[in-house]
Amino acid sequence: MEEKELQNELASIRSIMERSSKFISLSGLSGILAGVYALIGAAVVYYFFYPELIISRNSTGNPSISDNEPVTGLFYGGSYAFHIPQLLIIAIIVLAASIITAVILSTRQAKRKGQPMWGKTSRTLLFQMAIPLIAGGAFILLHIYRGHYGLIAPSTLIFYGLSLVSASTFTFTDVKYLGLIEIALGLVAACYPGAGLLFWAIGFGVLHIIYGCMMYLKYDK
Amino acid sequence: MNNISFDKLDKAFENRVRLQIMSVLVANERYDFNSLKDLLNITDGNLASHLKALEKEEYIMVHKSFLGRKPNTNYEATINGKQAFKEHLNTLEQLIKLQKHI
Repeated sequence: MEEKELQNELASIRSIMERSSKFISLSGLSGILAGVYALIGAAVVYYFFYPELIISRNSTGNPSISDNEPVTGLFYGGSYAFHIPQLLIIAIIVLAASIITAVILSTRQAKRKGQPMWGKTSRTLLFQMAIPLIAGGAFILLHIYRGHYGLIAPSTLIFYGLSLVSASTFTFTDVKYLGLIEIALGLVAACYPGAGLLFWAIGFGVLHIIYGCMMYLKYDK
Repeated sequence: MNNISFDKLDKAFENRVRLQIMSVLVANERYDFNSLKDLLNITDGNLASHLKALEKEEYIMVHKSFLGRKPNTNYEATINGKQAFKEHLNTLEQLIKLQKHI
């Protein structure tokens, strides 16, 4: 055997070990796009619902958050509560667009890397993500049902972060660090009950764009 | 001296598919037949014959079960198999080093 042949042999072993145990076809580009959709969603919410909020504040004549009305909104005050259906629709559109983009781009990537899109690794990955996401989703729906809006934004960030950490064993290890940052951001957001939209924009928008770029440069080629 | 090292390479892994199967089973606790087939991109018959050969060496264990009515066969590397794989890799590494010195 030639030296080159031996090197190839070792390289192919390493590649097959990775391809068999990790879903390495996650597309970085889809992360960037998911971040862009999230920022657009946040901007829509900010521009269409925020002005109303100011007006409702002025009408009470007390613009500070320390008035007798408890802080329950996504940004400030309770007026967001009247827009819960609209906000949910925007959130669902952003989520659906991100998932569809991720599936399309990862399928393309999987073809290039010779990994089945719907195989053992992708199934394990989704299962690991699903546990914290379903638990978190149920928890958040209960909060909405009870009318507690204050902790919704922090909870989404925390549970999403947990799902990334749990999934990271079955894909690029970098995903674990994104998860840890999302959890930390969620905990910080919980300390600022009024600023949910801002933290959402950072967690789902900015972080996804930064991470997507890193993954794109590192693995998409 | 070169030849001694070549002799140490495991004959069971001379075939590329067998070496690939072993790589998968060392990296994963268990792997099922169909996932292996998709990953290695080979035919049923080809995969089955190589699995048989590895089973005969007692490098892998077979677990048969049913998923509903469909048979589901899982494979697992034995301690012997993992050891042999490790030694094979070490030998490959040594060979590369040796050839660099020439």
